[in-house]
Amino acid sequence: MSKRIDAVDLNVYYGNFRAVEGVNINIEPRSVTAFIGPSGCGKTTFLRTINRMHEVLPGARAEGRLLLDGEDIYAPGVDPVTVRTMVGMVFQRPNPFPTMSIRDNILAGYKLNGTRMSKSTADGIVEKSLRGANLWEEVKDRLDKPGSGLSGGQQQRLCIARSIAVEPDVILMDEPCSALDPISTLAIEDLINELKDNYTVVIVTHNMQQAARVADKTAFFNIAGTGKPGKLIEYDDTSVIFNNPSNKQTEDYVSGRFG
Amino acid sequence: MTISNDTAAPQRTSVPGGKKKNSLTAGQKPGWTWIAVLAGALVVAAGITALLGGGAFSWVGWLIIAAVLYVLGMYLVTRVIENARRATDGLWQNLVWAAFLLALIPLISVIWAVVANGLPTLLETPQLLWRDMQGVTGSDDIATQTEGAPLAGGFLHGLVGTLMITLLATVISVPIGLLTSIYLVEYGRGGWFSRAIVFFVDVMTGIPSIVAGLFAFAAVQLVITTFIGDGPRQLQMVKMGLTAAIALSVLMIPVVVRSTEEMLRVVPNELREASYALGVRKWRTIFKVVLPTAMSGIASGVTLSIARVTGETAPILVTAGYIATTNWNPFDGWMTALPVYIYRQLINPTAPAAGDPSAERAWAAALVLIVIVMLLNLIARIVAKAFAPKKTGR
Repeated sequence: MSKRIDAVDLNVYYGNFRAVEGVNINIEPRSVTAFIGPSGCGKTTFLRTINRMHEVLPGARAEGRLLLDGEDIYAPGVDPVTVRTMVGMVFQRPNPFPTMSIRDNILAGYKLNGTRMSKSTADGIVEKSLRGANLWEEVKDRLDKPGSGLSGGQQQRLCIARSIAVEPDVILMDEPCSALDPISTLAIEDLINELKDNYTVVIVTHNMQQAARVADKTAFFNIAGTGKPGKLIEYDDTSVIFNNPSNKQTEDYVSGRFG
Repeated sequence: MTISNDTAAPQRTSVPGGKKKNSLTAGQKPGWTWIAVLAGALVVAAGITALLGGGAFSWVGWLIIAAVLYVLGMYLVTRVIENARRATDGLWQNLVWAAFLLALIPLISVIWAVVANGLPTLLETPQLLWRDMQGVTGSDDIATQTEGAPLAGGFLHGLVGTLMITLLATVISVPIGLLTSIYLVEYGRGGWFSRAIVFFVDVMTGIPSIVAGLFAFAAVQLVITTFIGDGPRQLQMVKMGLTAAIALSVLMIPVVVRSTEEMLRVVPNELREASYALGVRKWRTIFKVVLPTAMSGIASGVTLSIARVTGETAPILVTAGYIATTNWNPFDGWMTALPVYIYRQLINPTAPAAGDPSAERAWAAALVLIVIVMLLNLIARIVAKAFAPKKTGR
């Protein structure tokens, strides 16, 4: 179920503007990788190229190769929808579907695609996904209530449950805790630790302590200046990045002497 | 640092002041000022009106003069007692109120006129609702006016015509309008083609309704003469409910496009991305996520656009004609719509020498038409509420 990700000379563009330049990175399966770096350095942009969400924006495109278990997802003829069924995504702001109940939100990946399933199969998926997201005990009595009635942290875990319900190989998280309080953040971080048993997890975060807590490996992105493309500066084990980085920029950033 | 218990406990202190005058409210005009000014304005205005009018006393003139005097009086009184800033504030407040009341006058007076003229007729002869004008001649109306015979005829054919034509127009315009706005929001992405569509939709909004009627007539005539033949019998076929529905669609489509477009644009992009991230295709995302989320706004927009075309007269008169019998088939034969019925009853009374019964029927029909439009607006609100995404479930 879990796949490795390799980017080879990946350039990402918004129209003519090159947002991310020459990324080479190898992400191991069943691991948590954190992307850190200042705002606008392209870490979210790069994250969104991993499930081809980047090209949803008008004029956005990527060049180079991005391999999922050795298969290039940017090869000609690859259907982005197939890629997205393998690579799930959790967004910065919790975004449960407002018209659906908690249960339907979990089953959204199946229902929206018109997949028919028996009630018992559906119940099984709902319970498994909610347990996987540590949300089952909190919502099991109100599965038919709207998902938007949950607290922010619960909504975010609902969104995680929704993405693991379709059993992807990789889960991308774009600052999943930036809108949450410390307690909810802790719940999500515990969850990320459990998720790496089964999935490849890639997380973008502005919180360096969070990266240090959850990630096995950390990638530091930086930008030379406004209008310049973002670059991958250093990628190593999390302990190395935070304690003994080889690059001066990384050291400045993680020690707070940045800019 | 420790906080001792007795400081944390709330202390009950005696409230100073009581009946003493509050210095913070000093210099304000007393609360009854506006009543005094109003009374003064009314009395003075009555005097002025009586003087100006000579013998006859004009109620409307009295109220207008009183209103002007009240606004000026309040300004001067506030300025003297308080200060210029508060006086200006009050002046503008009164002017805003005056504008609001002015805007309300035509609305109230229209509703009043229709109810006062139509309701008694409708209560007296509710048969109007389920009878048409078949067999009703001028002699019936003369009998009604001169001998007090019960009112003959009715407007069932008008109700049926309005219903069928509006229904057909909705069936034509809603899919076209909905798909157009989906193209504009989800696929067009502000390219030259979608900008051109937006421009022409805006132009369509301003089309005079009679032009829409002539367009529909010419279009249907073209189709019929091309495919069926151009004999006099075929030309007769042009006037039917469908032609009127096409005319109304021309008026309805831009309204549907514009309101739906607005509703689709406010659907957060995050929901689309959430759906894409689950591996859902774009068209499924649009139909299962975007449309349901926007449904309440779309439904109320559609209902309001129906209400808007229900009252159209000219295009229906041109395209569907006017007959006295009830015709349920919008694809064959002339049809009467309620507004056309009202127009014809008032302009060409059934009995030219005795117009009162026709006028009574017209007022009753007008009341029914207004009730229909009001019901549609009510339905729009209910629909909007029913489809609205549930906000909380806690």
